This record gives sequence, structure tokens and C-alpha cells, in this order.
Amino acid sequence: MGENRVNRNQADKGEDQAAGETRRGFLRKVWLGLGTLAALQLGWIGFDMLRPRKRRRVEDAAQGIFIAGPVDRFEPGTVTAFPAGRFYLSRLDDGGFLALGRTCTHLGCTVPWVEADRQFACPCHASVFDITGEVLSPPADRALDMFAVRIENGIVKVDLSRAIRRRSFEAAQVVLP
Amino acid sequence: MKNKRTVRQFFIFHMRPSRVPVATLPYNHTFGLGGMSALLVVCLVVTGALMMLAYEPTPERAYESILGLQTETLFGSLVRGIHFWSANLLIAIAVLHLLRVFFTGAREGARRFNWVIGLVLLGCVLAANFTGYLLPWDQLSYWAVTICTGMLGYVPGIGGWLQTVARGGPEVGPVTLIIFYTIHTTVVPAAFVVLMGFHFWRVRKARGVVVPRAAGAPVAAEVAYAPGWPDLILRELAVGVVLVAVVLALAVFFAPGMGTPANPGMSPNPAKAPWYFVGFQELQIHFHPVFSALVIPLAAVIGLVWWPYRRRETDPAGIFLGSAIGRRTAGLAAVTGLIVTPLLIIADDRWFQAASRLQRLPAVVGHGLLPFVILAAGVFGFRLTLRWRMAASREDADQAVFILLAVAFVVMTVVAVWFRGEGMALVWPW
Repeated sequence: MGENRVNRNQADKGEDQAAGETRRGFLRKVWLGLGTLAALQLGWIGFDMLRPRKRRRVEDAAQGIFIAGPVDRFEPGTVTAFPAGRFYLSRLDDGGFLALGRTCTHLGCTVPWVEADRQFACPCHASVFDITGEVLSPPADRALDMFAVRIENGIVKVDLSRAIRRRSFEAAQVVLP
Repeated sequence: MKNKRTVRQFFIFHMRPSRVPVATLPYNHTFGLGGMSALLVVCLVVTGALMMLAYEPTPERAYESILGLQTETLFGSLVRGIHFWSANLLIAIAVLHLLRVFFTGAREGARRFNWVIGLVLLGCVLAANFTGYLLPWDQLSYWAVTICTGMLGYVPGIGGWLQTVARGGPEVGPVTLIIFYTIHTTVVPAAFVVLMGFHFWRVRKARGVVVPRAAGAPVAAEVAYAPGWPDLILRELAVGVVLVAVVLALAVFFAPGMGTPANPGMSPNPAKAPWYFVGFQELQIHFHPVFSALVIPLAAVIGLVWWPYRRRETDPAGIFLGSAIGRRTAGLAAVTGLIVTPLLIIADDRWFQAASRLQRLPAVVGHGLLPFVILAAGVFGFRLTLRWRMAASREDADQAVFILLAVAFVVMTVVAVWFRGEGMALVWPW
């Protein structure tokens, strides 16, 4: 038995040398290639399963435009939370409006408005934002997202269909009644 | 009788060595930490399989199904308690196991690659815990997963896409739960089975655990052996029985509760990760996310994997803390870490963060690159000081750096657990 195996090994070696490494080498490459292909396929299938599924969710028009209320309901220098619309409506001291996303731009926690300190303070990593959404204290590196505000016939309307990313607060972002 | 002996010979001694070096037997050499980890994994698989029968992985039903398991099923609360405590203990014990292996130099030669496998296993433990605490769908679950998948958003170029893939949509929701449930109950356990087998086999190939020796003593050419039965296996049984007793006692007397159900509209205040991730959360407060969530963790992982492949002058195998100088530098590093880390945390909270707002640099530099480079320079300076002033070998100096960083992480964990209150602001715990 043992002797047999030795003979086989020698025979194999001889064959290799005679025919060159080509056949064995070729087969090895084929196996390697097929194995890689199979692994890639498996990876691809797994990935395809993970890929975000297409949502059937229909964005209803009512969700798009949110009617916040008449202008004079909001005092200058106040922040009003709209849990249903998932945003804050800031009215600055000059009477201008800003609609701010409530999601911390750092890692996505919901930021509460702290009236005592007049600032948004993130409960997860201590980022702080002012009434305009501007960063007062890191780790957040950009201001709170905002939504477009329109004032029609003295009614404040907020377009929630798209959150607007911004680096920092600029005066041009404020909508005056 | 004959049958019994066959079982002993062919099964037990297939799993465990038939003889072991006598010097490796004392309990305080390895503390049985590796074996304890393996036993905890077994406990987790058994209780996990039981809970899979009761759990429903949808946002509507997840919370209630676990509540039902706790209140309506006989021993349901106990099963979940064992799972919970095994998972928490596994993290602590696996990390202690890593430290034991590290500090006895059991990461050289034939053990090099096994160190890497062990790190992958630790990664699996963390992945299992992370994916596991989403499943109850309470406030902790929801916000922890929102935050961690939020970190993916900072990967340059593909961040937003990666985050959507991990969440299965723009926000954490039903698809996220299914993805995490699958990872928790299929991918991670399968990886455990394969990697644990590999890990144990590599230990056997390295002729068992590292044989301890005194600092400066040569590696013994011949070692005395003791039979695996009863010397090793009885000891292992004793450790196993005590561990199971501890887990049971914890599960009975400190049964894990449930938080309030997930509320996507409101983060809890303060929102803290479980104790094993809270040090990492503390890190997020002090650096721009590109550094705290990507660069620093990546550097830590690369450093750990590469550790046994470093150039070194001495063989630390079996020597506790490497050498006599190594013990002194280790102590110095630990004390330095204990003093400097709290000071840096306070200084950052009081002054540096405010200062970083005043600079005209972009946040990723002012609150990321700049402090990172300064701290790295500090660590490098510490290492240089040890090399020159204390004549520490490369191995000893590197070990001191490892200890310094490990202690810093422990301090950050302590600070985040006890010294952070509402809005994650620094407070006194009393």
C-alpha cells in the first residue's frame, strides 16, 4: 500500500516533468477560477438580497406640504415642535421663520429643544445647536437640516418632501412673513 | 465498562489533549478564560435556539413577543436571563482572555495566526451582542442601531449608500430588524462554529497553552507532562460548573428587564449604549465622526492584528509582562493613562471643544485630524521616553503603549457610564 503510493507519487512527478506542468497547472487554474466564480456569485446573491427593497410606499401629497398655522400664532424668539411633521418651526427674534429637521446631523438621534438654555441639545453625543440650527458645540459638523417654508395668506406652510442639507446657517435661509 | 473507556479515549481525548505540561495547570496561569468563553457560547446557542421558538422578528410583534416569553412562558424569563448574562459575561471574559494571552506573550511563533483568529472571534462576539440588542425593539435597541448605522454614513464616498444597505432603507425599520435577526441567529453562530474549531485546533498545534517561565529564563527544552484525565479535565469541569452556577444565579436574581418600546420620535435622554460600547460612545463625543467612528477604530483593529507580526528583539512567550523592565513600564503606562485620560476629557469638555468652533478650520480637521495628530504625537513621545529613559526594549515599549490605550478606553467607559447625565453632559454621579 505504502509502496504503491510512493510509486504513484513518483509516476505523477515523472508525468509532470514529461508533459510539462501544463495540464496539472491548467486544471488547478480552472478549479481556482471556478471556486472564485462560485464565491463571487454567492457574495453577489447575498448582496442582492440585502439591497434596499423597492418600497411601494406612495408619498401622499398631504405628507408633502405641512400646514403649520397662521403666522401670528408663533411668537418671535420661540421654537414650536411638530411631532406629526417631525420638524421644529423656529421663529427668530426678527420674526423670520425656519423649519428645522429634528434629527441630529452627527449620528441621527432626535434633538430636543431645551427652553432653559435656548438651544437644541443632543442626548446621545452632546452636540448643541442654536435656534437657527447652527452648531454651537461639536461633534456635529453641520447645521440641522431644514425644510422649505412658504407663507401664503398669512399661513405658514412647510414642504416636508425634501430635507435640505446645509453646512451652516445663513441669513438667506430665513423666510420673513 | 469497555464502552465507557472508549468514549473517554476517543471522544474526550479527541477534544482535549491526553497529556498537558504540568506548569500550565495552575489556575492563575490562564484562569480558564478560553474554556469559559467556549462554554458561554454553548449556553448562548442553547438558550438562543429556545428563544427563537417564541420570538417574532417584526417591529409590531418583537417587543410583545419577548414580553410574552418573560411573563407567560414557564422558565421563559430564566432562559432569557441566561442568554443575557452569558452574552454580557462573554464580552468581559473574552476580553480578559485576550489580555491574558497578550500579557503572557502567547502570540508568537505557532500562535501568531491564532491571535488573529481570536480577534475575529472577538469581533463575532461584539457583532452578536450588537445585533442581539436590536431584537427586543425597545428604546435602547432603536437608538443604538440608529447611531451605529449612522456612523456608516461617514465612510468617504459610499457612506450614504452603505448606511441604506445596512438599514434596508432610509431609516431603521422592519427590514433592519430582519437583517439583524438573520445575522444574529445564522451568520454569527455559523462563524462561531467554524472559527472556534479552528481556534482550538491551532492551540493544539502549538502544543497547548503557552508554558510559563520566569523573566530572563530560557524556553525549557523539556517539560514535565501530566495526564489530561484527570488533571486537566477535572479542573475544566470545576471551572465550567462554577461558571454555570454564576450565570444561573445572575439570571435568577438579576433578571434582565425591558426598556420602554421603541419610539422613533424621541431619543431617551441621555441615550447610552450598553456598558461594552459606551467607551466607544464617549470617543464619539471627543472627535469628529470620521476619526472617532472610522480612523481610530480601524487603526486599533489594524494595530491588534499586526501586533504578533511586528519586528521584535526578544521572545516574550510565557513571561508575564515580558521582562522586569516590562513590568515597570506597564505600571507606569497604566498610571499615566489613569491620570491623563480624565484630565483630557475635562479639558476637551471645558475648552477644546469651544476652541475648535473658533478656528477657521473645517470640523474634520479642527475637531478630528488636529487632536488626533496631537494625541498620537503624545503617545509616540511617551514611547520614546520609555525607550530612552528606562531602556525599555521595543517589546516592552510597545506593550506599554497597548496598556496606555487600553486604560484610556477603560477610563472613557467609566466616565460615560457614571459621569455623564442629561444631554451627555459631564456630571458627578452623586
